[in-house]
Amino acid sequence: MSKTERLEVWKTYKLFIGGQFPRTESGRTYAVKNPQGKTIANACLSSRKDLRDAVVAARTALGGWSSRSGFNRGQILYRMAEMLESRKVQFREELVAQGQSVSAANREIKNTVDRLIYYAGWCDKYQALFSSVNPVASSHYNFSTPEPTGVVALIAPEELPLLGLISLLAPCIAGGNTTVILASEKKPLSAISFAEVLHSADVPGGVINILTGSRQELTSWMSGHMDINAIVASAIEPDHWAAIQQSGAKSVKRLFNWNKIDLTSAQGQSPYLIMDLQEIKTTWHPIQSIAGSGNSY
Amino acid sequence: MAKQKKGIKPTLIWNSNWEYSPAPESAKPAAIAKKYELFIDGKWQQPVEKGYFKTINPATEEVLSDVATASKKDVDKAVTAARNAYEKYWRKLSGAERGKYIFRIARIMQERARELAITETLDGGKPIKESRDFDIPTAANHFFYYAGWADKLAYAFPNQKVSSLGVAGQITPWNFPLLMAAWKIAPALATGNTVVLKPAETTPLTTLKLAEIIQEADLPPGVVNIITGSGETGVMLTQHPNINKIAFTGSTEVGKLIQATLAGTSKKLTLELGGKGANIIFEDAPIDQAVEGVINGIFFNQGHVCCAGSRLYVQESIAKTFIAKLKDRLATLRVGDPMDKNTDIGAINSFQQLKSIQSYIEIGKKEGASFYQSKCKIPNQGYFCPPILFSNVAQSSRIAQEEIFGPVLCILTFRTEDEVIEKANNTPYGLSAGVWTDKGARIFNLTKRLRAGVIWANTYNLFDPVSPFGGYKESGFGREGGLHGLYPYVQLS
Repeated sequence: MSKTERLEVWKTYKLFIGGQFPRTESGRTYAVKNPQGKTIANACLSSRKDLRDAVVAARTALGGWSSRSGFNRGQILYRMAEMLESRKVQFREELVAQGQSVSAANREIKNTVDRLIYYAGWCDKYQALFSSVNPVASSHYNFSTPEPTGVVALIAPEELPLLGLISLLAPCIAGGNTTVILASEKKPLSAISFAEVLHSADVPGGVINILTGSRQELTSWMSGHMDINAIVASAIEPDHWAAIQQSGAKSVKRLFNWNKIDLTSAQGQSPYLIMDLQEIKTTWHPIQSIAGSGNSY
Repeated sequence: MAKQKKGIKPTLIWNSNWEYSPAPESAKPAAIAKKYELFIDGKWQQPVEKGYFKTINPATEEVLSDVATASKKDVDKAVTAARNAYEKYWRKLSGAERGKYIFRIARIMQERARELAITETLDGGKPIKESRDFDIPTAANHFFYYAGWADKLAYAFPNQKVSSLGVAGQITPWNFPLLMAAWKIAPALATGNTVVLKPAETTPLTTLKLAEIIQEADLPPGVVNIITGSGETGVMLTQHPNINKIAFTGSTEVGKLIQATLAGTSKKLTLELGGKGANIIFEDAPIDQAVEGVINGIFFNQGHVCCAGSRLYVQESIAKTFIAKLKDRLATLRVGDPMDKNTDIGAINSFQQLKSIQSYIEIGKKEGASFYQSKCKIPNQGYFCPPILFSNVAQSSRIAQEEIFGPVLCILTFRTEDEVIEKANNTPYGLSAGVWTDKGARIFNLTKRLRAGVIWANTYNLFDPVSPFGGYKESGFGREGGLHGLYPYVQLS
């Protein structure tokens, strides 16, 4: 390098917990390499404590996020899409640095923005689609509505470091859940840069928390954590998923493996995926029935 | 009334000078056979290993019948029969024709309702007025409801292709034996699946009579198979490799084991597990109606109800009055012969369950809660437990956190709305809750913020085939009843 050339400033990739960018409390890192084997960044090797901190942040944020109006959540998802669109160049460079071709990177970013827009539109509509007023035989008003499951852990696929992550994230938060995401282990950079998008899109702190590190290690803590209500994974090895199922049973977790869903196609988005992370609540109330009133109007 | 002494406030004394005349239902119409075999492939078949167990009447401890124990080979036969029936008949049949078979089942159940009600009460100990007026008609209605869905599934899942799953393995509990069998079988058949069902060990008889009804309705052989046995048979069913779907209703403990057993398989699962329902009474509630609601919430079916309102939260300002009224009402509850048409609280389902309830009573006393039990007379034979109130219960005590599954109400108090929401949500369960208040906005605040699958406002313990039922958190997942009850039995694409 010649003396006249300006020295590039490199970015430190940290975690995203509770709306802030802390380093892992463990002080551990791992080298992220490009396909040529050159180190392009040092990512945080998150610990069990980082996961627990992220779950506390997600649980704390749940009440506020789930009680926001669907309209407001939709606006925030739309804002996320806007912020991502405006940072296309940055994300393309990162995807390419992690080994993708320029055209594949462009396609992935375009699909990701469109996916966010798709779910932004669902935020205030899936409730009507999946609710019902139930005609019970007694004199009661009875209705059923979807409500968010709670704190959801998302295990993003190793490939598609941006689209994969967003395809899991968007239906989850559109439905009012809060989340802890484990980014692609080999390609974690886009996930952390995406946290910068979240930061500027008015997503409340704690709604989305992003960890980087060892899948094997962190998923075992996730599946055993008693305050995580659900786990969604995609492109996960059958044995690995079976271990998560085994351990997740201890707290009756809702476990979804979206392995068979092609996230690059239209099949990768659906209101039924929002419904995977919803609970149906049924409410009853008596209807006053005064003798003789039935024929009075 | 006995003559009152001077200066002593007169009190109502129930159960002293009032005697109720007996009003017994006859056991005869139950027509329970001496022995029941396994219902596999449309035929009654002897168990391969020829083992039988006895089912008894918990109110008299008398043996009602010998029932076959299904071994691994029998489970295998039943699953094979269900698979063949799925491939050969059921998946090929049009929705409309499937529906007509299910309608037939509903109709025959209505026709044989008295026989079923009496059998249910003899086998399980619940009051005849409950099995006659609730269990049996609701079970028949459940078949009637889902029969109509069979040819209308496209309307239930917009923009999706709907397919059946295959063979469903189903395990039902002992608290509502026939009703739970209906909750399991009706939606499975309507969506085009075939069934192997195992009823609870202590209450198999009405499910075996349902097998007779299914035979009478002339369903293709193997579409529904009923196998009996203990939990061991249930384990074999959940582990069977040729099953596509497991539906279980029972304890959270067993539910977790089943969920773990299914790890690594492609079997779909629904779990309807335990609960510790909070019944919340605000000071502006209609007090006398709320008292009735609380009594019904915890003492319905001897408290053997997963969604029972077993934790009462009463606002501090009315707690004294409310508890006094509860005690008065407790005194008028009739405990005893389940076959008597006036009985309110029948027999505890099994000796084992009675022991479990009694152990919780000891735990409650040791934890320092105030114990109050109705002083009614109970029969000398059989398993009975007069209703119990525990007051001054701490939020953290075991009797406030764990499911007792008996006629035991824990009473806690609160001052503010936020406080009671936090306390009500503070268990691993999330099946049901009740709210009593005169204020509409408060009802909706609570019904929204309580983390439970069924919320009863100014009422409690109501069920209907059109109304989805199921839990949040460790109370399980998936819904039974209503449109949402179809999801667990279909594959969407």
